[in-house]
Amino acid sequence: MIRLEGLTKHYGSFVALDHVTMHVPRGVLYGCLGPNGAGKTTMLRMIAGILRPTDGRVLIGGDDVQRHPIPAKMRLGFIPDRPFVYDKLTGAEFLRFVSGLYGQEGDAVERRIAELLEVFELSSWKDELIEAYSHGMRQKLIISSALIHRPECIVVDEPMVGLDPKGARLLKDIFRQFVERGGTVMMSTHTLEVAEAMCDQIGIIQHGKIVAHGTMAAIRHQHAAGDASLEELFLKLTGGHAVRELVEVLGK
Amino acid sequence: MIQPSLAHVLLPKWRTARQRLREAQASGGTGKLLILLIVGGLFWMGVYWALYKMLKYFRGIEELGPLLAGKLLGLILLSFVSILILSNVITALSSFFLAKDLDLLVSAPVDWLRLYLAKLGETLVHSSWMVALMIVPILTAYGVVYDGGPLFVLYALAVLLPLLTLPAVFGSALTLVLVNVFPARRTRDLLSIIALGAAGGVILLFRIIRPEQLARPEGFRNLLDFIALLRTPTSPFLPSEWATNAVMGYLRHAVDPLPLALLWTTAAGFVTLGAVLHQRLFAAGFTKAQEGAERFVRGVFWRRTIGAALFPLPVDKREFVLKDIKLFFRDTTQWSQLILLAVLVVVYLFNIKALPLFRGEQVPFFTITLVSFLNLGLSGFVLASIAARFIFPAVSLEGRQMWLLRSSPLDLRALLWSKYWVGTIPLLVLALLLTGLTNVLLKASPFMMIVSLTAICGLTLAIAALALGFGAVYPQFETENAAQIPTSFGGLIFMMTTIVLLAAVIMLLARPVYRYAQLIYDGRPATVDAEMLMWFGVAAAVCAAATLIPLRVGLKRMEQFEF
Repeated sequence: MIRLEGLTKHYGSFVALDHVTMHVPRGVLYGCLGPNGAGKTTMLRMIAGILRPTDGRVLIGGDDVQRHPIPAKMRLGFIPDRPFVYDKLTGAEFLRFVSGLYGQEGDAVERRIAELLEVFELSSWKDELIEAYSHGMRQKLIISSALIHRPECIVVDEPMVGLDPKGARLLKDIFRQFVERGGTVMMSTHTLEVAEAMCDQIGIIQHGKIVAHGTMAAIRHQHAAGDASLEELFLKLTGGHAVRELVEVLGK
Repeated sequence: MIQPSLAHVLLPKWRTARQRLREAQASGGTGKLLILLIVGGLFWMGVYWALYKMLKYFRGIEELGPLLAGKLLGLILLSFVSILILSNVITALSSFFLAKDLDLLVSAPVDWLRLYLAKLGETLVHSSWMVALMIVPILTAYGVVYDGGPLFVLYALAVLLPLLTLPAVFGSALTLVLVNVFPARRTRDLLSIIALGAAGGVILLFRIIRPEQLARPEGFRNLLDFIALLRTPTSPFLPSEWATNAVMGYLRHAVDPLPLALLWTTAAGFVTLGAVLHQRLFAAGFTKAQEGAERFVRGVFWRRTIGAALFPLPVDKREFVLKDIKLFFRDTTQWSQLILLAVLVVVYLFNIKALPLFRGEQVPFFTITLVSFLNLGLSGFVLASIAARFIFPAVSLEGRQMWLLRSSPLDLRALLWSKYWVGTIPLLVLALLLTGLTNVLLKASPFMMIVSLTAICGLTLAIAALALGFGAVYPQFETENAAQIPTSFGGLIFMMTTIVLLAAVIMLLARPVYRYAQLIYDGRPATVDAEMLMWFGVAAAVCAAATLIPLRVGLKRMEQFEF
């Protein structure tokens, strides 16, 4: 469903992503892990068509995001890490606007808006300007906007940030059901427990390169890690010695 | 605990400003700086030259001259102080209550006095730099005409510093009180309406009293009364009056320390009182400023009116246009500027009506045609200023939400198309109204009416495209206040390009209009010949090129945006 071919991104002389090639099939929840600044957000934003790759390409359902952006983006729902939305629209108006961007309108859209607002407990806020929403409410609204047009795949950057425990649990359930129905989710997260519990496949990014990729079992096997937890694997692959040094510094 | 120094509290602001300058230099800033210096230099020279001529003339008039020069300076400083109070109130709201660094500063162990002084300094610099720059050529002209000498520079600085501080303290204190009464975001809405309403009222009042009548000789009935009026101070309690007395006293070599002492002691007293007020009210006001401006909106009105009218459009374009209109009318800082716009249009029409063309005698046909023709340039300039304020920022204002637009299947052409027409249609209505009404007031001929209306249509389409195109080429994604966006370098370049376009179109149309006026003057039938048609065609081609090229360039630039 999501295919990356030699995806590269340079910011001046800095290489944010370095020839990443991978394939995430339908019905898979894929988790991108990596330290801060590893290139996760850059990769997800290139998949969503927000950033242009320096080299390589992204295919969504077979359509190149840069060459055939409209059919590729019709299949996609994107949830960014920072919930910037139009403050002077109401929640319902924002969802109606997003539906319009995907060419959808009418009673079916109105029903879908009502459903999503109900699910995310925003119904009583639907006619309130977004400027009055809390961070978590904005995040829920953006998640609703990514689901409004019934996408085939969802690309999500740090989905749990700002959500209350109930919202986080709801999102996990939504993603699992979405994947079980044949959808694809690609998400970045720093919460390793979430990744371990939810993801079918995992990719660990370090310095713009994929250093490990596959199911948990496959990664353990590749790196001879026995029964190691994801946290231990992550620290092993991304420089656990730094954490030990940090503990020493903090302990001084 | 040792408190951080004031300089340390202000360090991030200073570093940010320096970094911005470096980034500007890195992205071809030398050329930008050169253009800014040239435009700024020309503006300064213009102000200096006009004032120099006037003061030189005043100096030649015995007795009356220095009084007039003093009165003029008093008026200038009074209007600057009034502007500064308004701008300080609005700036203080941002720097004391809405700025992003406040969470850090308020939660850090920085005492209230340092916080007050840092934020007061920030308010002072942000709201006064433009006025301070404007005063330079004015005081230079006074210094040169009245032989102030090099020490006058230091003396002027000593006068200006407390004069600029007073409105900053007053404005900040007023904001502090207002925020304690209303939530900060509501206060901003309220203030922008009051400020613009007041500014509009003053402009309207000033124009309607027709100050040009004072220049007519029949206005002076008694010279002695006039001199007596000039000698009376406008108000002995106004700091602008003290500053005027201090400057004029120095220039007339009769230095009186009292006005300067009044300025400094009042400024010191104000800062102290402001600090005390800040200590008592800031914590409560800051808490209140965190309250959201909750508003319950159904939005049915727009859906049933504009939404219904846009029904033939595809849903993505329709929703985009609706969204832009809703955002505009729900943001007080945006729509309130329409008050000022309406006032400026009324003043413009009033000026045309007040032109000394119709005083009973037969007005030459040539004069009417000339005024009607030149009116095209003036209307074009007014439209360019409006486009700079409302259309130029359109792309920049999408910055933070660009993730949504770029990840959705919305074609960027549709986005640009929506932005273009949302801006152009109201501008076109205004352009036709402005040009049509002025031509009716001028009693212009049907030929001139058709030429001006057609030309202004072409120019409006081009001006809107230039505004949108330059707005996309020079976006300001980090600026939250839309009113600041046109004052950027891109805004300046847009205005300069528009002036060139206006000049080109007027020059192209001058030939056929002149030919028409000549035919009428010679008493021959006014017919449109091939040569006239050719010039009209070239002007139309220029307008078409100025419409299409900026839109294409803007689109290309938008395709390269990265977030």
